[in-house]
This record gives sequence, C-alpha cells and structure tokens, in this order.
Amino acid sequence: MSDHIKDIDETTGVETTGHEWDGIKELNNPLPRWWLYIWYASIAFSIVYMVIMPSIPALPGLGTNTRGIGNHSDRIKVAEEIDALRLERAGAGSTLVNATLAEIETDRSLQQFAMAAGESAFGDNCATCHGAGGRGAKGYPTLADDVWLWSGTLDGIEYTLRHGIRHEQDPETRYSAMPAFGRDRLLTRAEIDDVVNHVMTLSGRGGDDAEAAGRGADIFAAQCATCHGDNGTGDHTIGAPNLTDQDWLFGGDYDDIYNTVYNARNAHMPAWGDRLDDPTIKALSVYVHSLGGGE
Amino acid sequence: MTQINLIPSRSPPPVPPPQDLYAKRKQVYPKLAHGKFRTVKWVAMGVLLGIYYLIPWLRWERGAGVPDQAVLADFAGERFFFFGIEIWPQEAYYLAGLMILSAIGLFLVTSLFGRVWCGYACPQTVWTDLYIWVERAFEGDRAKRIRLDKAPWGLNKAARKIGKHLVWLIIAFLTGGAFILYFHDARMIAQTFFIGEAPLSAYWFAGLLTFTTYALAGTMREQVCTYLCPWPRIQAALTDEHALNVTYRYDRGEPRGPHRKGESWEGRGDCIDCKQCVQVCPVGIDIRDGSQLECIHCALCIDACDSIMKTVGRPTGLIAYDTDTAVAARAAGMKPKYRLVRARTVLYFFLMAAIASLMAFGLLNRGTFEVNVLKDRSPPYVRLSSGLVQNGYTLKLVNKAGETREMEISIAGDEGFELNVVGIKTDAGEPILLPVDSNGVDRYRLLVTKPEDAIDGRKQFQLVLTDVETGEIHTNRTSFMAPGD
Repeated sequence: MSDHIKDIDETTGVETTGHEWDGIKELNNPLPRWWLYIWYASIAFSIVYMVIMPSIPALPGLGTNTRGIGNHSDRIKVAEEIDALRLERAGAGSTLVNATLAEIETDRSLQQFAMAAGESAFGDNCATCHGAGGRGAKGYPTLADDVWLWSGTLDGIEYTLRHGIRHEQDPETRYSAMPAFGRDRLLTRAEIDDVVNHVMTLSGRGGDDAEAAGRGADIFAAQCATCHGDNGTGDHTIGAPNLTDQDWLFGGDYDDIYNTVYNARNAHMPAWGDRLDDPTIKALSVYVHSLGGGE
Repeated sequence: MTQINLIPSRSPPPVPPPQDLYAKRKQVYPKLAHGKFRTVKWVAMGVLLGIYYLIPWLRWERGAGVPDQAVLADFAGERFFFFGIEIWPQEAYYLAGLMILSAIGLFLVTSLFGRVWCGYACPQTVWTDLYIWVERAFEGDRAKRIRLDKAPWGLNKAARKIGKHLVWLIIAFLTGGAFILYFHDARMIAQTFFIGEAPLSAYWFAGLLTFTTYALAGTMREQVCTYLCPWPRIQAALTDEHALNVTYRYDRGEPRGPHRKGESWEGRGDCIDCKQCVQVCPVGIDIRDGSQLECIHCALCIDACDSIMKTVGRPTGLIAYDTDTAVAARAAGMKPKYRLVRARTVLYFFLMAAIASLMAFGLLNRGTFEVNVLKDRSPPYVRLSSGLVQNGYTLKLVNKAGETREMEISIAGDEGFELNVVGIKTDAGEPILLPVDSNGVDRYRLLVTKPEDAIDGRKQFQLVLTDVETGEIHTNRTSFMAPGD
C-alpha cells in the first residue's frame, strides 16, 4: 500500500482507519489492553481445549475424530459410570427386588424408599401421558381413581408396566381389540345410533329416544356383551371397560361414544420391562398403587 | 446585577497534564505500635483465632445416632448443631433471625463506637494482623522491611521471603483446614483428610479457604477493605457525628510543626508532625486528614501518638476515640457533649432485644414434633366408581425426639369423611396408628373420601394426630376439593 496517505484526525491527532460512513470516520486507536489480554487468553484456552476435548470432528477420509485426553465426553466412560452407579444403588434396589409388592407397601421403610424412587421414575417416564400425579387425560387413564381397565392390584399394575398395552413387540403384552363397527361395515349408522342410545342408558344418562335404546339393547346383546358383559360391566381380564360407571376414557357424551363404536379405540402403552430395571418397576408399581385407586 | 466571570478571559484554562487513570498500589509498611489498643488487638486476635480453631473440637453428648460435636453443620444429616440447640431444615428461620440479629448488632455498635468491627473483629483484620506479625518476625519492622525490599536479591533476602511465605501458607492451610471441621466430624475428617479419603468437597473448600486466606491476608490486605468490602460503605452510612470514632483532635493539634526540647508550647498545637500515626497505619493513611473511607478504626495511631505525647511531655489523647461534634464544640470553645443514647441507638437496641427474645421464646417453646400436610394438586380430586370423591395428601411427620413415637390419626368430627392411609389396613372403627422414627421424617400417603352428595360446600377439615403414649395432640387444617370447586 505504497500510495496510502495517512489520514490524521484534526481534533485528536489520531490516525483514522480510512473508512468513512456518512462523513463519520473511525479513529485507528489501539485496542484496549485488557481486551487484548482476554483475546490472547482465549487463544491459549482454545488450544488447551482442542488438546483435552474431542473437539475436531472426523473429516471425510481422515478416519475418526480426535479423542482428546482424559476421556471427556466419552460414551464408554459414561456407560461405565452409569453401571457403577447402578451397582451402588443395587443394595437398596435388591431389597425391593427380593420383597413382594405387598411387603413393600406395608413395610414402612421399604414403602418410603419405593415411593420416593417411584415418584421420580413416574415423573421421568409416565407423567408425559398420564399427567403429574397420574391425573390422566382424554385417552390416557387417570391413575389416581379406582377405575381400572385391566387390573388395579399391585401385581396387575406391575404386569401392565412390564408388558405394556397392545405393545406388539412384547408377546405377553395385554391385548384386546374392539372392532371398528362402522368403518368395517359390521353395523349400519342407524344401528350404531341405536346401540349408543342404549349404552347411554347403562350409566343412567339415557336420552329421549327410548325406542332406539330398546333396539340398541338387542344389538348390544349380540355384538358387545361378549366382551363388555351382559350388563355392560366390563371385564378386567380382557381390558373391556365398564360401561355402567361415570368414567369414560375417551369421553362419555353421544358423539364420543358414537365415534368409539364407529372407529374403535385401541390405545397403546409401551412395555417398560426392557427399559427400566426391576427395582424401578417395583417402585413404580407401589407408587401408582398408592396414588389413590389401587385395588 | 453584575456578571461574575468565573473563567478569566485573558488566557485559556491550563490543560492538566495527561495522567494514568490507574495508580499502582503503594506498598504499606505498618510499623509495630505499642499501647493499650495494640494490647486489646493482640487479645482480640488470640481469642477470636482460638474460638475459630478450637470450637470444632468441642464435644457435646447428644445420645446415640446423633453426632456429638458441639458445633456442626451436618449437611448429610440435614441438621445444624450448636451446643444444646439443634436446628432442622424446617427451622432455617432461626438462622435468618441470627443474621438479622448480627446485622442490627453491627448497626448498633457502629452507631455507638464507629467501625469497631473493622478494627478488631473482622476476619480480614485479624488474619492480616497475624500475617503482618509473621512478616515482622521474618523481615523485621518497618524500616528493615523497606530496606529489604529495596535491597538486591541475595541469599538473606530470599531466605526471609521464602520463610515468610511458607509460614503464611501454613497458616492459610490451617485456616482452610479448620473450616471443613465445622461440616464434618472433626476427629474423623482430620484423619481421613491426610490419607486422601475425605470427600472431594472437603478438599475443595480447604483449598479454596487456603487460597483466599493467603491472597487476602498476605497480598491484598487493605485493598480488600478499601475496594472489595461493602461494609465500609454501609458502615459509613451508619456512623454519624455522634459516634465515637478514631479522631485526630485538630482543635488541640493545630497548628502542627516540629518541636525542639525546651521550646515553649505557647501559640502552637500539640502535633509535632512526627508522622508516627502514619507509619503504624495498616491502611497507609494520615488520620490527621480527618475521617476517611480507608480507615478501619484499628486505633493503632492512637497508641503511636500517645507514646510520642508521653516522651514530649504533653497529655495523651491527641488522637483518640472521639466524636466529630465534640471536636467541633471544643474548637468553638464550648464544652463537648457526648450523646450515646440517641433515637437510632435506642431503636437498634430495642429491635435487637425484640428479635432476640422472640427467637429465645421460639427456641424454648418449640416442640419436638411437627406435622405437615401437602395436598395433592394434580389431580385436585378424583371421582371413584362408588360415587365417592377422593382427595390425596402427603403427610410428613417430623420427630425431633430421641425416641420412636406412635401417632393415632383421625379426622375431627364426623362429617362423612373417611380416611385411609396407604399401606396400613385397619378395620372400620379401629384406630389408624402411624409409627414415626426417632430423629427423622416419616412420610405417609393419605386418601380422604366423602360421598359426592354429602359435600355441602365445606372444604376445610382438621387432621388430628394423637400421641398414643403421652396423649399429646397435634392438629392440622387442610382443604378438601370436590367437583364444582
């Protein structure tokens, strides 16, 4: 830059950078010393960081990333630490594994341990669908009440937890399927209307159309009673809901029930047996059972 | 009206020469003072350091299963032990009360005697004093230290400097080491610390306190008080013209000047400008310039001045604990009035008395049993298939006593409420008994039901817990929620 002419600012006597924006020129003052030092320190830090941490990714044709030193961010190391933690907890966990669920719930110290473990496991794994404290939502059963589709005993809850509901990868999963009476043309729309009218009467909420409800009773006896029982009281062993109570998993008004009969609802719950360890499953069973409605 | 020209029109104002915005710290070489305040400071140092280093070793018999260290912040067991007092996490307000009490105590003392805290009791002052004592032992007093620092490096200088820093580091380590004794069993941690088996946090805090002690008391000293510490600012706002502060009595000292023996003292002040008060000052100020932010009111200048006054045959107390009003009064030829009883000192005193008696009352009357009921918020209630409405609660029973208790739980009155405790099966009519371990917290899950048609809008009910043995009753009011709420 031999043709560079020094531009000196008149007021301060400082050379400018030569840049100008709307008549404003930038002074070429040196950087503040503290700023420079921090910058130098950052450079030094980044070099140390690159050596210690696995910071440089694998480039095409260059094999793997740099591994760093000291096993930072090392998956194997993390896995080892998790295993060590599991081993550490095994003592308290094994007492849960060796005790029956009923023992856990009546032994004060075991119960309090299981409740604490179960509460945190519930928050991590179950609350997403079943809500905090098992409050439930439409399509996701409330666990704090005493209405259970399959079983609300300690062992029943544990079985559901382990194998899930309609979790097809698990051969022992709880399974039942309600036919889609409308979609699969098993019943006509008029017939479905009749049977919904009848179902409404089962829980004491019958409408004006007693005639339709009467026709629906025959259809119910032919199509629904196999699973839901002659009186509509349901069946735990096949997860058939009790239709005579006020608890409706997918909604209990006319439209909801019509929809259920037409399309069928078959909700899923994953099996947790292969995801959570034994003590956690047991703790969860005790916790869920204690929420309010255990049988 | 005539116009006043502040700036003379003849010449432009002189431009001040450019100067660095940052001044390097001037090394302070405090000289050793002798006198009553120096003695008070030695004693205060001995007592305070003694308390700090020895307290963790005191034992206090509390019975089985509870640590028997007199003063212990037991984080693992979630307790704070202070001799006969045991503070639980639920009672953290005692600690808050203690802090409020300390703060007001500082207000009171400051409004009476100025910054005595800074001068005698502040850890920064105590440890710095100790460090200067070590420095003096290795490098000699003021004049020798100045000479040594100016001297070129040699074996003698290196040996003295290394020795000093070594002893400083040892003291720093003892300080950091003593700190962790307050959080673990002292005898246990003192052993495990040196064989590498103490918890990581013990090493971390011992290291941290070692470093801060060495840095703050060894190398930073008065800079901590002047630049880092918020207290001088706060205390400056608390002290006033009636507070007894270390004061140069300019009414008596001025005009100052050198004085030859035999000369008359007529027409001059008592200050002979010997600068002894400046040389002993650990913060490097001249008290004769008046009250200053840097002054920690350690009174060493009083000792230095008094010893000079004795040698020149004048009365002592040219620098003394005095008030601004007294100095002003004397300068005006009036008799000074001292007012220690003032609105603010009285207010501080009664505030302290009130808080202290409140805390003492609470401590003396606190029970050994506590009941906490947490109502489930999610879900607030559920309908059971039987037509009952159910609410869930978590009951926490805190038993601070040394023996196990058994509590019978019931609901006050019969308003259709039915109570169930998860995990405890009882037949109807039989009492529900809840065992509670000694020195612990037990949690129970309660389920309370009521028929939906019996709910008449009342939402409160009372849980009653009765000690089966002593008949002691604890009640706890909580709410019941139902559809429609």
